[in-house]
Amino acid sequence: MLETLISIKNLSKTYNNSFEALKSVNLEINKGEIFALLGPNGAGKTTMISIICGLVRPTSGEVKVNGSDIVSEYKITRSQIGYVPQELTLEQFETVFQNVSYTRGLYGKSSNPKHIEKILKDLSLWDKKSMRLGQLSGGMKRRVLIAKALSHEPSVLFLDEPTAGVDVELRQDMWRIVEKLRQSGVTIILTTHYIEEAEAIADRVGVIDNGEMIVVDETSKLISRMGQKKLTIQLQEKVMQLPESLAKYNLELASDGFSLAYSYDKESKQTGITNLLQQVKDSGMKLSDLKTEQGTLEDIFVSLVHKEKK
Amino acid sequence: MNYYAIKAIYLHEMDRLWRTLFQSILSPVVSTSLYFIVFGSVIGGMVPQVDGVSYGSFIVPGLLMLTLLTQSLSNSSFGIYMPKFSGSIYEILAAPISSFEIVIGFVGASATKSLIVGSIILITATFFAEVRIDHPFVMVFLLVLTCLTFSLFGFLIGILSENFEQLQVIPLIVVTPLVFLGGSLYSIEMLPEFWQQVSYFNPVVYLINGMRWAFYGVSDINIWTSVFTMLGFLLICIVSTIFILTKGYRIKS
Repeated sequence: MLETLISIKNLSKTYNNSFEALKSVNLEINKGEIFALLGPNGAGKTTMISIICGLVRPTSGEVKVNGSDIVSEYKITRSQIGYVPQELTLEQFETVFQNVSYTRGLYGKSSNPKHIEKILKDLSLWDKKSMRLGQLSGGMKRRVLIAKALSHEPSVLFLDEPTAGVDVELRQDMWRIVEKLRQSGVTIILTTHYIEEAEAIADRVGVIDNGEMIVVDETSKLISRMGQKKLTIQLQEKVMQLPESLAKYNLELASDGFSLAYSYDKESKQTGITNLLQQVKDSGMKLSDLKTEQGTLEDIFVSLVHKEKK
Repeated sequence: MNYYAIKAIYLHEMDRLWRTLFQSILSPVVSTSLYFIVFGSVIGGMVPQVDGVSYGSFIVPGLLMLTLLTQSLSNSSFGIYMPKFSGSIYEILAAPISSFEIVIGFVGASATKSLIVGSIILITATFFAEVRIDHPFVMVFLLVLTCLTFSLFGFLIGILSENFEQLQVIPLIVVTPLVFLGGSLYSIEMLPEFWQQVSYFNPVVYLINGMRWAFYGVSDINIWTSVFTMLGFLLICIVSTIFILTKGYRIKS
């Protein structure tokens, strides 16, 4: 049976300007898993992890890490947590090695140059150890932030938008790092805008919007629910009305009459595309082009919110 | 108690001193030396003895206090403001550290830096004036007390400041005038009666006179009045700091 590491009950947060960032959120995160928190800007992702890490005070509710309360037993909970912020917030003039060692000290651990060396080597930072932080590239700074978060050997790591604004190569590098950490037994919670990211690395996904947890599910299940794709068929001649034979495909006819849109489940073995195209041909329509597109995150949110309301 | 965290903050702050050696140590030494040259040697030659002490020697405790106050304020206010400004304060807030431990780390480092600078200023003063210390233990006590109190006050300024202007405004607009009008370069007995009475409302008068008593055994104010005034101000700073950090004012949402 899976063991719960973080338990969130009825967590709410209202800021001084009356903005309700979290509305009675409930969530459980299991030991050893990679959990991705998805949501658009301002959904409440950063607020939630900031509360767990001690950066923001909850308005109400309860959060426990490994059975300890984050408010009354904050020293116990925080010593188990590593946090990588979204922004590249580093001092400019310290060296990489000094700065990572400093963070280890803050978390109440005695100096351990061997451990810091291991982390820096794992993150390909060892050759930069004597460089000042201000001299590093954005990607390297992000690695330093991860090194700092791991300096005190945490059992749970929070990554707030770890791949926001980074190039594809670094993003895939980050995914490899995250997977390696999970293999070493670290529980990982990350926030992201990118559904591909959640698909690539997360065991479970939570979707948060407008301060409410809309859905929490295993990634594979969520992906199959979200896996709608759209096929757009461009026509050579304008169509005023769809023939009866195409009714079963629930096609959307564009207002200009020059294109048809067909939604299908990409995970399904039988998408119906072959039959559809045959029917289109049989009905005398001539094609000029075909285009497929993945549903956007926005489409997915709309769909999920709609389902919740139902 | 998270001793490793206190040590980490303390050493991190002390590192800043070594990185900015010119700004931290040489700059106050040079500016204080200029005071000694201009006021002590040049003007002092034209001023008769004050309270039985040559003018050059008379201004040593005041200039020492001037340096300690300004250094303590700027060290600690910058120390806590810079992580706020860069955003790196998140790691202090997310670490298993109590407010008390944070204060010990920052204020301890700031007070240490001020003591180092103060000691260098004192040695420098001996090149320009005859310096005598009648009550060395009281002097050391007042040095430490002043450094701690004003480092704590600076820490508060750093926490409350939302930009660099606010960070500078209290030291420049409030503290520097108080120090100059606090008798660092003169005895308040030299002032007209009215201004003497006004001076008693200036807390820095008590500090400088306390230090002057420790050096030469002369003071416009009783030494115990000076010490208790300092302790009272320290208490106000401690209570304010605890209140602000507990509430997370301007550092936590």
